[in-house]
Amino acid sequence: MPVVQVDQVHKRYGPLEVLKGVSMAVERGEVVAIIGRSGSGKSTLLRCLNGLEPIQSGRIEVAGHVLDASGRGLRALRKDVGIVFQSYNLFPHLRVAENIMLAPRVALGLSKRDARARAEATLAQVGLAEKIEAWPDNLSGGQQQRVAIARSLAMQPKVMLFDEVTSALDPELTGEVLATLEALARDGMTMLLVTHEMAFARRVAHRTIFMHQGLLHEEGPSEALFGAPRTLELRQFLAGGLK
Amino acid sequence: MIRQFGIDEFIFILLSARWTLVLTLIALSLGGVFGFVIALTRVSRFAPLRLLAGAWIGLVQGVPVLMLLFLSYFGLALAGLDLPPMIAAGISLSLYAGGFLGEIWRGAIQSVPHPQWEASAALALTRAQQYRYVILPQAVRIATPPTVGFVVQLVKNTAIVSIIGVVELARAGNLINNATFQPFKVFAVVALIYFCICWPISLLARRLERGMHAGRPG
Ligand SMILES: Nc1ncnc2c1ncn2[C@@H]1O[C@H](COP(=O)(O)OP(=O)(O)OP(=O)(O)O)[C@@H](O)[C@H]1O
Ligand SMILES: [Mg+2]
Repeated sequence: MPVVQVDQVHKRYGPLEVLKGVSMAVERGEVVAIIGRSGSGKSTLLRCLNGLEPIQSGRIEVAGHVLDASGRGLRALRKDVGIVFQSYNLFPHLRVAENIMLAPRVALGLSKRDARARAEATLAQVGLAEKIEAWPDNLSGGQQQRVAIARSLAMQPKVMLFDEVTSALDPELTGEVLATLEALARDGMTMLLVTHEMAFARRVAHRTIFMHQGLLHEEGPSEALFGAPRTLELRQFLAGGLK
Repeated sequence: MIRQFGIDEFIFILLSARWTLVLTLIALSLGGVFGFVIALTRVSRFAPLRLLAGAWIGLVQGVPVLMLLFLSYFGLALAGLDLPPMIAAGISLSLYAGGFLGEIWRGAIQSVPHPQWEASAALALTRAQQYRYVILPQAVRIATPPTVGFVVQLVKNTAIVSIIGVVELARAGNLINNATFQPFKVFAVVALIYFCICWPISLLARRLERGMHAGRPG
């Protein structure tokens, strides 16, 4: 059974229809890249998947939690679905350890010691064990982003969403974050990642989805989709560089 | 008989400053609670509450403190509620402080960047938990310098309650002046005492502001 199931989802901002009936399914352990032009609705889709944006119609089921237009059951869903944003959004008033421990403690009810153990484990996973007592402001962008990933992982989510997590980084820092993502993928995490890193998507994602004007325009195994795009729009997109 | 301005008079004025301090503390604590409720109401997701709190703030900021004072002293007396001057003074100053602190704190809450809400929501925190662990701690840092700055205004504005007969610092000065006819000496002393209360607070506000710009949590 798919761990993410999206059926005919429509999403509007006022009169602007951003998702025009999106359907898709993601299996456990699958890594899916989402590509597409700016404004095609990629971020909106991810944000709908963990209920940051309400949908007008359709149905979303993630890790067994159903989201519909009523918006009930959000918190239960968010315990199982992590999201990492382009702007890392660490809590600036908390040290790295507390950034990571906060949600396991207050949302999951873990003891301080168990939460601390999770912080240590996830920081080690992203290669930042020695930064546990640092302040976010004293970390580089790449390090902050890896802490943000660790913070999400500490909830032990069943699905991770990544929205252009390297786009705000200097080129020399994107590598370390991409390596972290790749390691996660290898460990079998179910991941949806919106990205402009085409080479990365092709290499790491099992499947790639091309969004165009609020719809899934083309999808398939990454190698096939990048190697032999079928639709004109995707060919133009891949030829035209990124945006 | 005209008295001289001597040590007794000086001590009388100095001691009356405690009522200035007491009023300031009352207004700060009651007004603080009140302002906190107003600030949260102003950013509530429930529109009627927001409007109500907004209207209240408009009222409190739009009329002189003196009117709040007259309303709570003479107005309530007319309504059959005869409040001692000290109580009426405490109430009106608290209303005043509540309105201003509420506005300062609302601004602070709203200046916490929106992504902080999203990041904490995505981590499955409830709205109350978001406030408690993520938003308010950051808002407090933003709000501290203007809040301390407001306390200075509050200390000085307590003088207004002398009008209904509370013998605080300003009124004590007035009484002594009426007995000694040495206004320059008397009010220089009064001013000096106000200054001694307010100056350290202003310094603190300025230091906190600089500390903020240094910008490191801790
Ligand atoms: N909060 C909002 N209010 C109104 N319109 C919005 C809002 N968020 C996004 N939009 C609009 O929805 C459309 C899709 O936006 P979205 O952010 O999903 O695109 P995207 O594919 O992620 O683009 P990018 O590659 O630039 O990140 C855009 O036209 C955008 O202007
Ligand atoms: Mg986007």
